[in-house]
Amino acid sequence: MTESESLHTTPLDALNRELGGRMVPFAGYSMPVQYTAGIMAEHLHCRAQAGLFDVSHMGQAELIGDGAAAALEQLTPADVQGLKPGRQRYGLLLNEAGGIMDDFMFANMGDRLFLVVNASRKHIDLPLIESVLPAGVKLRPLPDRALLALQGPAVATLIPTPMSFMGIMEMEIAGIPVIASRSGYTGEDGLEISVAAEQAEKLARALLAMPGVMPIGLGARDSLRLEAGLCLYGNDLDETTSPVEANLTWSMGKRRRMEWNFRGADVVRDHLDHGVKRLRVGIRPEGRQPARGHTEIRKDGAVIGEVTSGGFGPSVGAPVAMGYVARDAATDGTALDLIVRDKPLPARVAAMPFQPHRYAR
Amino acid sequence: MSDMKYTKDHEWIRFEGEIAVIGITDHAQNALGDVVFVDLPEAGREVTAGEAVAVVESVKAASDVYAPIAGRVTEVNSGLVDEPALINSEPTGGGWFFKIAPAGALPDDLMDANAYAAYVESLA
Repeated sequence: MTESESLHTTPLDALNRELGGRMVPFAGYSMPVQYTAGIMAEHLHCRAQAGLFDVSHMGQAELIGDGAAAALEQLTPADVQGLKPGRQRYGLLLNEAGGIMDDFMFANMGDRLFLVVNASRKHIDLPLIESVLPAGVKLRPLPDRALLALQGPAVATLIPTPMSFMGIMEMEIAGIPVIASRSGYTGEDGLEISVAAEQAEKLARALLAMPGVMPIGLGARDSLRLEAGLCLYGNDLDETTSPVEANLTWSMGKRRRMEWNFRGADVVRDHLDHGVKRLRVGIRPEGRQPARGHTEIRKDGAVIGEVTSGGFGPSVGAPVAMGYVARDAATDGTALDLIVRDKPLPARVAAMPFQPHRYAR
Repeated sequence: MSDMKYTKDHEWIRFEGEIAVIGITDHAQNALGDVVFVDLPEAGREVTAGEAVAVVESVKAASDVYAPIAGRVTEVNSGLVDEPALINSEPTGGGWFFKIAPAGALPDDLMDANAYAAYVESLA
């Protein structure tokens, strides 16, 4: 079997190709890295107007039954039980060592929890979640649903909703029933839209017909999320990284930090009480040369960390990166050297996001 | 540009008298995508054919640019430092990378325009 034959396709595969998508393998799927406009134009268009992303490769699932929220709390330090109906949250799934198994979104749909997990991790996440469920709580994967993200400042006008940031509701768009949340992963206002697979292309065409909507590929999705200071699992987060090291302590619920009753809690608590050796920070290289993932970071000649995501930020107009550095080098403004092609590239620790978030709070 | 020669690494060479002007092809810039940075060799550097002498970075990736022929770098296109996007908009014109005064015979695997077009076709 060739590589292309073994790749999954999304319900929008034919449309992606029709739109001129340059298809690449990503997390086992054939996905558009860019369309005809190119990464730079797509990125800037999303920040100025609205961009449509096919993110159907991500895993969707429902947790149904009494005690679903409590069961999920065994695996995540997020406050699941305290989440109100019609609201969504970002959370982390942890292992026994306090390492991050995945980052994910969960929502309270009233009668069930709705989950979105990473494409590259769904084969791990779903059995993991299933393993902690008591009798009466069921995990139902939703492989027959597509996921679209419509992101950008024009979205609020194109599709008015009563939701504020991280709201979620069942609604109709262009006459098609969807689950829409006011969320996304670009730093912009916008919607993530779950739709039945057989209606996905009709919905995508309806959205693309709206004024100012352009299809956007994975390339710009990556540069947008990096400018927004958001982590990519597998680059910035992995099973050896704790929520405290990843600077995602905010995703842990206050109640959860009193109870310490989630998997990996001992390690996380120790990291909070005694500090960590390394911390995820933003990095601004000087000049125009980008530093990519795995670039070595030095300070005063000593190796103190590694870049985990890096590239050129089209909206910032300069290279941006994030990575892990020794705790004593994590202060904003700290001078670093990034070793790019054996040469030191001067850089500084910088506050994130690199591009201000514009969520509808 | 019938006087241009091409390499399998997607560089083009155009002779201006004794001096070879070198850049990357339209096919190469299209595959790279939006160029955001270029690292050029020092003028005066002696290079061998096939040696990595420049780096071009697009939004998504970094790629080496090789010296297609041996010789001495006589000039680099300093305009690219401030405006790397010229490599996308004028790959065979204002987006040239560097010039080389050749030393010795040219490599015998340089292609003409038709051969290069067939080569690109074979990659598709």
